Parts: sequence; C-alpha cells; structure tokens
Amino acid sequence: MTSEAMQREAAAPGVPVMALNHITLRFGGVTAIKDISFDILEGEVRAIIGPNGAGKSSMLNVISGFYHPQEGEILYRGKPRPAMKPYEIARMGVARTFQNIALFKGMSTLDNIMTGRLVQMKSGLLAQAIWKGAAEREEIEQREKAERIIDFLEIQAIRKAPVGSLPYGMQKRVELGRALVSEPSLLLLDEPMAGMNVEEKEDMSRFILDVNDEFGTTIALIEHDMGVVMDISDRVVVMDYGAKIGDGTPDEVRNDQAVIDAYLGVSHD
Amino acid sequence: MSADVYYGIEVVLNGLMTGVMYALVALGFVLIFKASGVFNYAQGVMALFAAQTLVGLQTGQIPFSHLINAMFGLEVHHFGWTLPTVVAIALSLCMMILFAILVEKLVLKHLVNQEPIILFMATIGLAYFLEGFGQLMWGSEIKRLDIGIPQGGNLWIENATAGLGGDDFYGFYIDTLDLYAAGIAILMVAALVLFSQYTRTGRALRAVADDHQAALSVGISLRTIWVIVWSIAGFVALVAGAMWGAKSGVQFSLSLIALKALPVLMLGGFTSIPGAVVGGLIIGVGEKLFEFLIGAPFLGGATENWFAYMLALVFLVFRPQGLFGEKIIERV
Repeated sequence: MTSEAMQREAAAPGVPVMALNHITLRFGGVTAIKDISFDILEGEVRAIIGPNGAGKSSMLNVISGFYHPQEGEILYRGKPRPAMKPYEIARMGVARTFQNIALFKGMSTLDNIMTGRLVQMKSGLLAQAIWKGAAEREEIEQREKAERIIDFLEIQAIRKAPVGSLPYGMQKRVELGRALVSEPSLLLLDEPMAGMNVEEKEDMSRFILDVNDEFGTTIALIEHDMGVVMDISDRVVVMDYGAKIGDGTPDEVRNDQAVIDAYLGVSHD
Repeated sequence: MSADVYYGIEVVLNGLMTGVMYALVALGFVLIFKASGVFNYAQGVMALFAAQTLVGLQTGQIPFSHLINAMFGLEVHHFGWTLPTVVAIALSLCMMILFAILVEKLVLKHLVNQEPIILFMATIGLAYFLEGFGQLMWGSEIKRLDIGIPQGGNLWIENATAGLGGDDFYGFYIDTLDLYAAGIAILMVAALVLFSQYTRTGRALRAVADDHQAALSVGISLRTIWVIVWSIAGFVALVAGAMWGAKSGVQFSLSLIALKALPVLMLGGFTSIPGAVVGGLIIGVGEKLFEFLIGAPFLGGATENWFAYMLALVFLVFRPQGLFGEKIIERV
C-alpha cells in the first residue's frame, strides 16, 4: 500500500474543481465551521478528517448544498457558486453518499442505480408516456451505463434484490454506485467505510482507488480510519472544533504537531 | 341452484362495482401519501370541486355569477352555450393542474421539512377553502351531471342471465354506469402502475416516496415532483368526481365519499396502489354482503353505513399497516 501511496503522490495535481474560501457555518449560537478554506483539485482524492464533532459532515453538506454557510464563498471550476438547492448542485455534477446510507429501500439495486441517471435523461414527459423512439433509446442507453457500474462494483448478484434487504456493506456499495453512475465531476463520500469490517474496508478502499484511476473521478471523502485515509488520499484536511488545523499530504499531516495534539490530546500544564 | 344464491351473486357483483368506486377515491389519497407522507384531507373536496367545474363548464355556467350579480345588480347565470363533454373534461383537468401548482406555490413550499401533522392540518384548511371557493364559483345547488354514459340496469346482462335462477329470478341487475366506472378504474390503475414502474418521472416519484434526502442528492426537485403528484391526484379526483357525480348528482355530500375511502385505506394500506383497489373491493363486497346476509334479516338493515368502519377497526387491531402497506419496523 505504501508504494501505491507514493506513486499516487507523484501524479501531477490538476486545476481546482472546487475551492472553499473562508467558510463559516452557524446553527443558532453554535459555530459548526469556523473560517475554513481549502480546495479540491481535479483528479485527486481529498480527505477530510478530524475527531467526532469536528464539523466534517457539515463541511460535506455545505459542498453538496444541504447547508448554506453564513459567510464565505464557494468557487466551482473557478466561478463563484450562488446558494443553490441540493438537487441543482447534483445536476451540476456533484454526487454524494451519506453517513447513514440514504438509499431507496423499497427499490431494487438496479432501480436505485438508475435513479442516479435521472439527471442525465432528457426526454420529456410526453415522450415517456408514449414510450417510443427517443425515450426508449435513451432508457436503453442509460441502462447500459448502469450495468457497467454494476459490473464495476461487482454487484451483479444483487441486481434485482430490494436494497432494504441487503447487508450493510452491500448497501454502502450500491449507494456508491448510484453516485458514480451520474458521472460526477466531484464525488463526495461521507464515511464510506463506517461500520465495516476489515475485509469490507479493503474492498471499499479498492473501489475508491479504482474509481479515481479508471474514471478519473475527483473524490472528497470523510473517514475515521486513519490507516485507510493515509493509504488512499492524495491530500488531507484536518478539522477540530470547526476549525482547520492541518492541510497537506498524508505524510505532512501525520507529522504535524497540532494534528497529533488534536488526536492524542495535549496536557495543559 | 335456488334464486337466493343468484341474488347473493348479484349482491356480490354490485358490491364489486361499488368497491371500484371507493377504490377510485382511495387512489387519490395513496398517491399523495406515498410521495409526500401527507394525508390529504382535501381529496374528497377536490373530487367535488372537479365535478362542479365539469358541470359548470359543460353547461356554460358563468363562474362567480352569484358574486357578479350581487355586486353589479345583474341577473346573469349562463353564457348560453354548452361544451362537448370531452372539451369540458380537458378544461377541468387543466383546472386541477392549476390547482396543484397553486397548492405547491402557496402552501407546500412554505411547509417543507415540517411534521406530517402540520401538513395534515394544512390540507384541512385547504379542504374548507376549496369547499367554499367551489360554491362561490359554481353555486351550491344540486346539479345533474351527464357525461354521456347510460345509466340504469344493464339490459343485456339482465336478459342474458334471466333464466338462471328459475321463474322468480329476472336476471342480474347491474348499473351500466358502474360497469363503465369499473372499466375506467382498471385502465387508470394499469396506467398508474406502468407510469410509476417504467418511466423516468415514475422512477423519480418512487424515489421521492422512499427517501427525500436521497432523492435530492440524485438531482430530483421535490417541488416539481409535488406538482406532478398533486396533478395526478387532481386527475384521479376528477374521474372519481365525474363518476360519483353522474351516479348521484353533484352536491356537497359528494365530498363525504372521502370518509368511505378511509376504511378502504386502512385495509389496503396507505402506501399501496393495488392495496387501494383490493381494499375498495373488500369493503364494497363486504358491506353489501353483510347487509344481505345478516344486516337486513337480523339487525334491521342500514348496516352499510357503519360496516366499513367496523371492518377497519378490526384491521387496525390485527394488522395496523393494512393488507399491502409497508411493515412498520422501528430500529432500536
């Protein structure tokens, strides 16, 4: 894994897909995010780490438009992004997964993944109602894309199964597939390995790296497992109590005194 | 077989027909409940309003004529022309779609992320508003609705089955209007199921019904979906209102058929389209058969008024999620 990580560091970083400047987010009197700035470069795996309650998920929710920061500016491909609704941001090409899996539990794996294609489908309501020509061609085309993702994530066996009945690790994988199938320019993963055993974590790490390599997808992720984060990320942002306390390559962050203090605690004497 | 058995069969057949009519009303509730978790108290009034609009347009009534006459001292009531039924239905449908858009813009939009009980209260307000608005617009008198479907016993069925039960049996009496209603209901359910299973919008509807947050994250606009859902529910209300209106006249009590939809929903489950149909049929047949076998001979009759609610109560005790509803499992 170490050699792979080194090889990844060598890859030249691209232009920023998204840049966050001086973001501050408050809920009533509580400041969840304090004046944080960082950027996510084209083609990189960017991790956000920090102890519980550091504001990592809030950060991800700001990026995906579920929360709107009181202060600061978000640049998407160099242009300021106005306050938008989550579905508008999804249509711009930002896909995400959730910490507590948000799948359509009553629908099959295939149907769930097909919903990820909704943003890409163009035929109108009338065309769908008549169910001919363009709409049918489009459905077949979308279906092929979905099947490709299903192959990629090795979930062929559960294509028709209602996702509510699947084991946790599998649900996480289906959720990744649904985000991935929309061909996002930025993929946000909120604790993709939470609650998984070692084997499942290895599988998920492999998929994340494969997605990044094969599709060139830019990924921003939150993760608690430090070993995993250090192995798969190109750059890491460290948060603590809503503030940024570190930013850099895994090696830089690992040796940063402020980060070590935040994780191990520091004596105030 | 004796004539009694054939009377029994006739009761069952008529029960099925009534059941289809109940199912028509229940469908509207299910659609909105599935997509937004809102129990739409206004569904019955929507059916009444749709029927009033249909009659009004068909007979060339001047909308708000009472108001206009009172304000300007005029005596105008009708434009003096009548519209073909098809045109009137199309225009009524437009009206219901407009209503759906206004409901989203003026009510739902401002209540996003509120508790279901608050949305429910809002639909109660909506029901009373629409009830008054409908009367203001089209008047409150009882009107006859003729949508070109023949009424009364179906002679063909009556003649074809006349000889079956001996000399005392004159054949099955089945209202032709009920037959049409059954056919239209079957078509509508089939269309709704196909629409929700095989189209992009249908998939989006199911997605929203399942998980709002996840739906947002894949780029589905909840507001658009709500307009679509309320439009479809408006369409279902129009069909139900037209059928019930043609059967028993367009009048205030039409909005009360919504009350009969409640036991149907408790049986079928609030989230299942097939459930609404099966629930409707069970209630329809159940109440007619109960009246025929037990009610009329032993209890002095008129059991049809309460049988459905009794049945719903029994269901609530033994299977609260209904026959087809999703099982409620709370994770501890």
